Amino acid sequence: MTAEAGHYALVLALGLALIQSTLPILGSRWRDLALMNVARSTAIAQLAFVAFSFAALVTLHVTSDFSVINVFENSHSMKPLIYKVTGVWGNHEGSMLLWVFILALFGGLVAMFGNNLPMSLRAHVLAVQAWVASAFYLFILITSNPFLRIANPPIEGRDLNPVLQDIGLAIHPPMLYLGYVGFSISFSFAVAALIEGRIDAAWARWVRPWTLMAWIFLTLGIAMGSYWAYYELGWGGWWFWDPVENASLMPWLAGTALLHSLVVMEKRSALKVWTILLSILTFSLSLLGTFLVRSGVLTSVHAFASDPTRGVFILLILCIFIGGSLSLYAMRASTLKQGGLFAPISREGALVLNNLFLTTACATVFVGTLYPLALEVMTGEKISVGAPFFNLTFGPLFVPLMIALPFGPLLAWKRGDLLGAAQRLMAAGIAGLIAMAVVWAWTLGGSTLAPLAIGLAAFVIVGALSDMIERVGLLRVPLATAARRARGLPRSSWGTMFAHAGIGVALIGIVCETTWNSEYIKSMKIGEVAAIAGYELKLDGISQRQGPNFREMVAQFSVVQNGRLLDTMTPSKRSFTTRGATTTEAALLTRGASQLYISLGDTAGDGTIAVRIYHKPLVLLIWFGPVLIAFGGLLSLSDRRLRVGAPKPAKSLRGLQAAE
Amino acid sequence: MMAASAAYAVQPDEIMSDPVKEARARDLSRELRCMVCQNQSIDDSEAPLAKDLRILVRERIAAGDSDAQVIDFLVARYGEFVLLKPQLNLHTWILWLLPPLVLAGGGAALWMQARRRRKSAADEDSALLKLTAEEEARLERLIATQAPSDSNA
Repeated sequence: MTAEAGHYALVLALGLALIQSTLPILGSRWRDLALMNVARSTAIAQLAFVAFSFAALVTLHVTSDFSVINVFENSHSMKPLIYKVTGVWGNHEGSMLLWVFILALFGGLVAMFGNNLPMSLRAHVLAVQAWVASAFYLFILITSNPFLRIANPPIEGRDLNPVLQDIGLAIHPPMLYLGYVGFSISFSFAVAALIEGRIDAAWARWVRPWTLMAWIFLTLGIAMGSYWAYYELGWGGWWFWDPVENASLMPWLAGTALLHSLVVMEKRSALKVWTILLSILTFSLSLLGTFLVRSGVLTSVHAFASDPTRGVFILLILCIFIGGSLSLYAMRASTLKQGGLFAPISREGALVLNNLFLTTACATVFVGTLYPLALEVMTGEKISVGAPFFNLTFGPLFVPLMIALPFGPLLAWKRGDLLGAAQRLMAAGIAGLIAMAVVWAWTLGGSTLAPLAIGLAAFVIVGALSDMIERVGLLRVPLATAARRARGLPRSSWGTMFAHAGIGVALIGIVCETTWNSEYIKSMKIGEVAAIAGYELKLDGISQRQGPNFREMVAQFSVVQNGRLLDTMTPSKRSFTTRGATTTEAALLTRGASQLYISLGDTAGDGTIAVRIYHKPLVLLIWFGPVLIAFGGLLSLSDRRLRVGAPKPAKSLRGLQAAE
Repeated sequence: MMAASAAYAVQPDEIMSDPVKEARARDLSRELRCMVCQNQSIDDSEAPLAKDLRILVRERIAAGDSDAQVIDFLVARYGEFVLLKPQLNLHTWILWLLPPLVLAGGGAALWMQARRRRKSAADEDSALLKLTAEEEARLERLIATQAPSDSNA
């Protein structure tokens, strides 16, 4: 009954989406307010129906209703409750349902909070949103229905893939989807603007908070996924340049470029045509990512779906939406007026440079991900494009970008003073050089690139901080005055500072982890001691334990530093009986921002066990950076909301900014 | 598939006694693909094939091969698919050249646009500065009428 209700709700949502796709546009043609307003109600109703459908699937999973194929194939009655819930999107059908749920959520949010949008713009945005939704409802209903029943229900399910039975599954996919599906709003706004043939600075102001919100989620989602891979896959890698990871990185790069070009458009009404194109491209890359992951075209670590009919269907959606929106762009872009002249050395110029490098980085990931597929389809020849390629091509693009990064916020709009900015960055430059010298002296004879990269990171961080320190007047004026000034500065400026500093922090983590990572690989006997990076790890014993739906072998290590017992670590290997699969559960010990990492291998006949121990210096900064970046985004969003909510306060806020 | 990726790559019994040679083997392993895995290097993979390849790499190094010779040996045996960083050749030039071309193309487009704008802005300016014949005549008249009244005062 629940399954049928869920299925039916989804069909109704499709019906609503079809209405929402057409009537509001007609309404806007005929200047009929009632028809335009249909979009609002249908978007909210659609959200309610999809939410119901999603809740139905969750209920089926939680109650272990094995008469539903999706539950039977991905659940087990003994599975802990949290994995029964997260298992809903740990499979193809369920994750597509989550996808449309989030799409409907964003549509609903625009309908609910978009009261200040011009009537016809809102009607168009919601209609475009409904086109995308209709396509994906059809996809689910025709090729990936999660509510199908089995004629003879089995008594027990097949269990969820053990690698996915982790808290990471509760956070990573929803965050990632909130990010990449959230870009659908920027896409809908762009297409609506092209249909209407009208776009202005106000448009950018409406789009920015949505884009920012999606981007924050995507940032956190990618970082979370990376940390999950790091502790779960058992060899301590955190980024593999796997096509599926690239599929989420591409929209992030394009989205980051979009955020920056939206700033230019909002403040200076320039770069309109380019911003529209970026909005379209960002969501197109999200669609491409969905295609890559969901079609099974690259069967990789993440791709748990492979069925050609699905692939063809998504490819069709992809072609219609990307092709359609780009054709519309080609037809209409020339009618959009360009505004706001600026000199090459200016805030606008810096943001254009940012866009150039981010777009190139995105193109690099794009070609590296798709070229092997294209080559195989065209010539049948198989090549591999992996981490070494991306490290060589993608990495260098970030060097000029990061050198330029602290300059951007210091340049004035229209015409900036490069020399003046350089002088104000003197402290940051000196900090960078000192960091470089210290690291170089400390690791004499080691890697030559690492000190340079650390110096660059220090330059970026201090550069971001020094701008705000100077504006607040810290150390120059009394502390109370400085605090008052700090509160008075716009939150978006603080956001910029945190986000830019976060880039530098992440870079430090990346460099330290890749350069000064130490490892210890050995077959250890009980009682044996491993020495690594000043720590002594003693294997105290091995024991067996029974979990809810697995058995595990646990090794106990005691960690000693300078003769003092710090902690014990218990890495384990789990065997899941239902799928006959094993997973390695690494043990992590955090010391500051560094970590000790132990993962277990096989036991040998002579009672020894293969062990890998890593010491990863400052590794946590790799993820702390993105958290800072997202926090910066959040600050900026909280500023933005005030402005978007009411046009009038926006003016006074602007006045405040100009007064600085 | 995913269970297989709960990996445990280099095994203790594979490690070479000479740390310098072992480091070379590790570096090489990171550039080589485990052909039965999805996008994993043989250094990361626990598949039996990856283990065979790791041992093979170490055998070649022990036999005195240079890094390039080891790579050539593996490419001759398994094809270019084994390289995670494809060689630059007729089939891969698009792959390698696209990123720099995008950067250069984008940069050139921006430069040309800036120049065009500056030029059009300058044209507008000079057009504004230069007076038309009609305006010149009017100015002449104004000066002519102004001058006597000035002297009268």
